[in-house]
Amino acid sequence: MPEQLKGSLDVGIASFRRNTAARSAAQTTPVGRRYTGLFFALPAIIFTTIFFILPLLMTAFMSLHQWPLLGQSRFIGLENYVNMTRDSQFWNSLWFTTRYTLLVTPAIFILAFVLALLVNLPLRLIGTFRTIYFLPAVIGLGTSSLLWVWLLNDRVGPINGLLNQLGLMERPVIWLADTNAVMPAIIVSIVWKTAGFTMILLLAGMQAIPTELYEVAKVDGANYWQRMRFIMLPLMRRTFALALVLSVIGSYLAFDQFYIMTAGGPQNQTISVVYWIYKNSFTNFNLGYGAALSIILLLILVILSAVQLYILRDDTTY
Amino acid sequence: MATTAQPRSNSAPVAIRWQPVLIYIVCIVLAILFLFPIVWTGINSVKPPAEASASPPTFLPSRIEFENYAKLNNYGKGVWTYVSNSLVTALITVVGSVVLSTLAGYGFARFNFPMKNVSFLLILATLMIPFQSILIPLFLILTQLRLQNTLFGLSLVYITFQLPFGVFIMRNSFASVPREIEEAALLDGCSALSMLYRVMFALVRPGIITVGIYAFLNSWNEFLAALIFMTKEANFTLPILLTSVRSGYYGAIDWGALQAGLMVSIIPCVLIFLLLQRYYVGGLTGGALKG
Repeated sequence: MPEQLKGSLDVGIASFRRNTAARSAAQTTPVGRRYTGLFFALPAIIFTTIFFILPLLMTAFMSLHQWPLLGQSRFIGLENYVNMTRDSQFWNSLWFTTRYTLLVTPAIFILAFVLALLVNLPLRLIGTFRTIYFLPAVIGLGTSSLLWVWLLNDRVGPINGLLNQLGLMERPVIWLADTNAVMPAIIVSIVWKTAGFTMILLLAGMQAIPTELYEVAKVDGANYWQRMRFIMLPLMRRTFALALVLSVIGSYLAFDQFYIMTAGGPQNQTISVVYWIYKNSFTNFNLGYGAALSIILLLILVILSAVQLYILRDDTTY
Repeated sequence: MATTAQPRSNSAPVAIRWQPVLIYIVCIVLAILFLFPIVWTGINSVKPPAEASASPPTFLPSRIEFENYAKLNNYGKGVWTYVSNSLVTALITVVGSVVLSTLAGYGFARFNFPMKNVSFLLILATLMIPFQSILIPLFLILTQLRLQNTLFGLSLVYITFQLPFGVFIMRNSFASVPREIEEAALLDGCSALSMLYRVMFALVRPGIITVGIYAFLNSWNEFLAALIFMTKEANFTLPILLTSVRSGYYGAIDWGALQAGLMVSIIPCVLIFLLLQRYYVGGLTGGALKG
């Protein structure tokens, strides 16, 4: 199976090279077919314009308005943004989401890296294990959150049942309603759901490193850990950067797990930023304020990904 | 040493000195941890209802029955309404994403036209904007188009979310087809559209399957947009219905029914992944790493 993965990567790289060649060939397209390509691309461009670019511009526009769901909207300048500074739940949500991201990202990464190392070993049946670890990544986050509501239930859930059997628990923990237990519980559920996804990304990065490099190092007497430390890790910077950006963005946009597993509780402690946007827009119907929050979220994410890509930028060629 | 006997493969720092037995044990323990939530839910879903919500929980069923699945019909308009809602939405999304991505991928890979690079970047750049931040105006746009609360409207939004990935994959697929094939077809008097239909389609099939799988799974699993756009119970997709079952919208939580519902939601995803794994993983690594 790893061969297959590598194969698909090779095909990808080859197609990229040919692609560059095709681009120069495309320059010679006859004038009569000047608009043929546009004709093909037009439906996709129209969709993107109506259902993405337009709403994006509208978000910015709406954020400058008092905008109820029904009735007249009113231009209020930056008032929504000013109100945000006094909105304590917004700051709580921002801090909570940041804390969640800082905790869940390393958890996912450490497990995913170990999994990738394991499934990269040349052993029989290792492809089966890779499939198993990846399996939770294909089910929906909403579905997996509901699954964990049951797993973590204090009365009927197997996790409390097992901990009880093993004598590890004095009294049942109500995981999702306990201020101290709720964060670890949700993190475990998310790590279970997403570690396999990150594993595949890291695995592809590992397999893109030419084997010769390891062999040369081996001849020079480097052991397994030295080869990992001095060859694999530095050459995987780009992969790490990509996986990190995807993971941080995903965590910052978390909604399903909090909406489904805790409904923001206990005591409004697990209201993520997207959840707060949802509440303002679709529970309080204050669409203008929701739009302003969306713009701030968008800026935070763009800055975060730019910073991460810059820190982990890679000039290495091999 | 055993290491020299290892097959020469692309495995990372090459030599493993640990005993393979130890590695297998670690792998198996991890596999159990990864599988038990799904397996246990699956087993619970075919227990008698009382056993499925037993406290403390049991593992093996005393007998197998499908009462929990039958009970799913008591919620709202019955589970099949919501399964078919999800299925219809997913199918429209698959067809729309595949058609639009294929056309655009062909256009971007094979032709030059005014604003080509700008429009390609425009489509790809939407990847960097989280869709969560544009849902409020999307809700208003769908309402304007009288598509709010319709499966078709939801599908249109899902198709748009699939486009950056789909167009990227399809452009690369077309770019990797040798130009000679097209030139031969052109000499035979093929028009651009019929060439796409008759010649190219077969050659880019792997890309089409990849785009289709992702469109299906993302549509089938999506939660937030469906929650916002679908306010009438009759139009709920499966994940939204299941959340209502959980939140006690229909009375106390019926654990057996919830587990049956979860299996209805999980099984299609697992089947598609197991059958088409090659295309799925290829799309992930090929699309993401060079994206």
